[in-house]
Amino acid sequence: MNAIVISAVLGVVMMFCGVFTNSKTAVRNVAIIGLLGLIIANVLDLGGYHFFDVNVKGMLAFDVFGLLFNTIAFASTWIYFLLSGRDMERVGVNLAEYFALIFFVLCGISIVSAFNSLLMLFLGIEIISIPLYILTGSDKRNLKSNEAALKYFLMGSFSTGIMLMGITLIYGVKGSFDMEVIRTGTTQLTPMIAAGLLLLLFAMSFKVSAVPFHFWTPDAYDGAPTVFTSFMATIVKVAGFIAFIRLFEGCFGEIKAQWQMLAAIITAATLLIGNITAVFQQSVKRMLSYSSIAQAGFMLFALVAMNDMAKEGMIFYAAAYSLATIGIFAILLKMKDYTFEGFNGLAKRQPVLAATNTIFLLSLAGIPATAGFWAKFYMLSAAVNNGNVLWLVIVGVLCAAISVYYYFRVIQAMYFKDGEPQEIETSKGFNGLLIAIAAVVILLGIFPHWLLDQLSNIFFL
Amino acid sequence: MIPVLLIVIPLVSGLLSFLIKEEKSVKIWSLFTSLVTMVVAILGIAFLHNPSYLQTDVAWLPSLGSRFSLTMDGMSKLLCLLTGIAYPGIIIATWNSTYRNANKFYALMLLMQVGLMGVFVASDALLFYFFWELALIPAYFLCSIWGGEKRIAATFKFFIYTFVGSLLMLVGIIWIYFHTADHSFAMSSFYKVNLPGATQGWLFWLFFIAFAIKIPLFPFHTWQPDAYEQSPTAVTMVLSGIMVKMGVFGILRWLAPVLPVGLWGWGDPAASMCVIGMIYASFVAMQQDDLKRLIAYSSIAHMGLMGLAIFVTSSVGIQGVMVAMFNHGINIIGLWIIVELIERQFGTRKMSELGGLAQKAPGLAIMLVVVSLANVALPLTNAFIGEFMMFNGVFGSKASNYHYIFMVAGGVSIILSAIYTLNMIQKVLYGNTSTLTANARDIRVNEKFVLVVLLIGIVVMGVYPKPMIEATKHAVDAIYSKMFIKLP
Repeated sequence: MNAIVISAVLGVVMMFCGVFTNSKTAVRNVAIIGLLGLIIANVLDLGGYHFFDVNVKGMLAFDVFGLLFNTIAFASTWIYFLLSGRDMERVGVNLAEYFALIFFVLCGISIVSAFNSLLMLFLGIEIISIPLYILTGSDKRNLKSNEAALKYFLMGSFSTGIMLMGITLIYGVKGSFDMEVIRTGTTQLTPMIAAGLLLLLFAMSFKVSAVPFHFWTPDAYDGAPTVFTSFMATIVKVAGFIAFIRLFEGCFGEIKAQWQMLAAIITAATLLIGNITAVFQQSVKRMLSYSSIAQAGFMLFALVAMNDMAKEGMIFYAAAYSLATIGIFAILLKMKDYTFEGFNGLAKRQPVLAATNTIFLLSLAGIPATAGFWAKFYMLSAAVNNGNVLWLVIVGVLCAAISVYYYFRVIQAMYFKDGEPQEIETSKGFNGLLIAIAAVVILLGIFPHWLLDQLSNIFFL
Repeated sequence: MIPVLLIVIPLVSGLLSFLIKEEKSVKIWSLFTSLVTMVVAILGIAFLHNPSYLQTDVAWLPSLGSRFSLTMDGMSKLLCLLTGIAYPGIIIATWNSTYRNANKFYALMLLMQVGLMGVFVASDALLFYFFWELALIPAYFLCSIWGGEKRIAATFKFFIYTFVGSLLMLVGIIWIYFHTADHSFAMSSFYKVNLPGATQGWLFWLFFIAFAIKIPLFPFHTWQPDAYEQSPTAVTMVLSGIMVKMGVFGILRWLAPVLPVGLWGWGDPAASMCVIGMIYASFVAMQQDDLKRLIAYSSIAHMGLMGLAIFVTSSVGIQGVMVAMFNHGINIIGLWIIVELIERQFGTRKMSELGGLAQKAPGLAIMLVVVSLANVALPLTNAFIGEFMMFNGVFGSKASNYHYIFMVAGGVSIILSAIYTLNMIQKVLYGNTSTLTANARDIRVNEKFVLVVLLIGIVVMGVYPKPMIEATKHAVDAIYSKMFIKLP
């Protein structure tokens, strides 16, 4: 509960911050310190210190899994603020509002990681989505940004409608929004349950941009100001997965056998389309949009496998993927040319940027000794352990090999190709932070138990 | 203790090399540390027989049942020795080559050694996979930054090929992990797993493809000639001398004892692939004009023979493979050194542009003849004994019904290899001097030193191969017994 209340309050504080001060540095610092406070409050919640005693009538349940995810999401956002906070100033004049909207998104994230009732799921998803529509269109004079926002809004509200329809059908059968009530006694797919399940599956697939509901993603991500794409493609996307898994485990865990194949097909399609389309992109930003679809395919493994290992892996994936992608976007933001050629010869002029970018890309590709390897390892293990989706695992590893192609194109451009000098200014602090993140990626890659054993203690004890 | 040192010394020295800016000092530094590694490897192999020196076992990922456990047993000894000896040899032999950003070059070379050593000593499947991939990353950067004209495409092909293979292997490793009794990645637990025949059948392919790409066996070999040709020669030496041995080693350590039924069931198709590859590669080698490509194809043929000896499964054959892996590494590195000398002096690797070197550079000529003859396994050279044992194994095999056919086909490829090797000697050393070779000079002292050491090694090991056989005998027997104990 700490996270929900404090993030909402912080959002309001940020809005007023813009009224009382004109200093951009002050606004940014308030946001960074506020977020740090939010992280601490959430960790204290994990430790049993609940600041707010609100009777939610069982509609929210703050379990360790959700709180742990919150911590990772908030920490990633904090790193994102530190790395890219300055770049938000370039988007427009309403800096305080941007921070406020991001805090509202975080509030939504802490709801979807804790919902126990489908109503709360709906609220959480909407609280996440609406600020994002605004952020996507925040570059008001840019036509592409407007187009992206409109597209995102139309598609997003459409899928929310589908989700509501699904919730209604389920409510019609079970007479309750409570996940506990829905799960008990649902051992068979009656037509109404099946219809509800399908609608929910489609709606959630929309939100996490799984194929064939992914068409909005490249346009929205490409059109949005890059600094917000970074946030949307990482923290928000992963939060969608947490909601997805929580919903399907909570409501339909008992009848998993009946929808597992469908989920597996969606996963395979997401992997294939995401990876193969990414190969053909000419802009790194667009490549990263498709890569986020491809990575979503891997995260869907957790939905298909749905065991302890998968949930554990999901948390790890969230951390590994967010860290690496935020880092790459932060570097991309410094570039003026977003094409692959724009990266030519970066290693000579900016060795720190090139080296850290390489580590992040290797992590996304899942090369051992980076965090990304363990993320993929856990997803593959969970699916292998599940037993009956081995074909999906093979599709997965082949797609991982395809992903090497487009991630390594950036590395090739940076190191092996010569390009005309591009003026890039970076501060010492920025470089230092990138090095620190890269070090964490490698440390997690060699000693994953640093994070994982904390998780397994929680799940297996 | 020893295996940890073999990994830590190159790791630390490699990381430090990034900081040394001056070319000369980084060369001396990497030579020095690789000599230390070599001494440690020799110590471990020849003098410290107490198992406590040769094993390390530390907790790594307790929740997954994976431990940081390294063992230097009979199987790894020869290959660790090869890696240990090869590195100083390569550094001395390529001393006169200059690289831009030399510190990064040597740093990556040493980091590659970490991966190679790790693969050979890891006795935990996950750790093995870890090192297997780690060896690949420095190789990728080395070839792509310092390689030839078409380096980027060639290296990329190499990387993607091997990456696909290793991911499939990872799936296999995970699958077996879930079927171990104690949910552990330890080698001993893997060896105890007893899977049904059909399961072993498809698991075999997951592992086999990974190893076949690395070796490389026909039809997974297409990355190899391009990668060898485009890489800087020092890297080519590591790739062909040591890294391809990872594949053979992988089959012997992680495939044959874990999935004996799979290997037995698919042995004939796999052996056929080896044989086809041997003959095919030999014919292609005969058509080559570029020395690097010729040696690359001859390497495919030789590695095919090793694969064949494993897949028709006989004790003496596997013993032969162990010996042959070491000797092939030595010989092919010797060949590359000579190619490097020729290329640096004349600026070409084309045989048609060379000729008459025997008069102009007799030292070089003698070396080339000896190493080439060793490469075709002439008696009294080191490769002979291994090749003889492998053929002996194929001939006497009880596991395959077609072993006579394999034997004959293998014999044909040996004859072919004699043809293209002698042809190469003739074109490079004899005939009229070309405009390029008219003013040839003989080899330098440091190059002579490495080559003479090599030459002595080739002859000594050819005449007295007993220590090599002794060192691996125990390990080979252990593997062989596991390959048959689980047969239905």
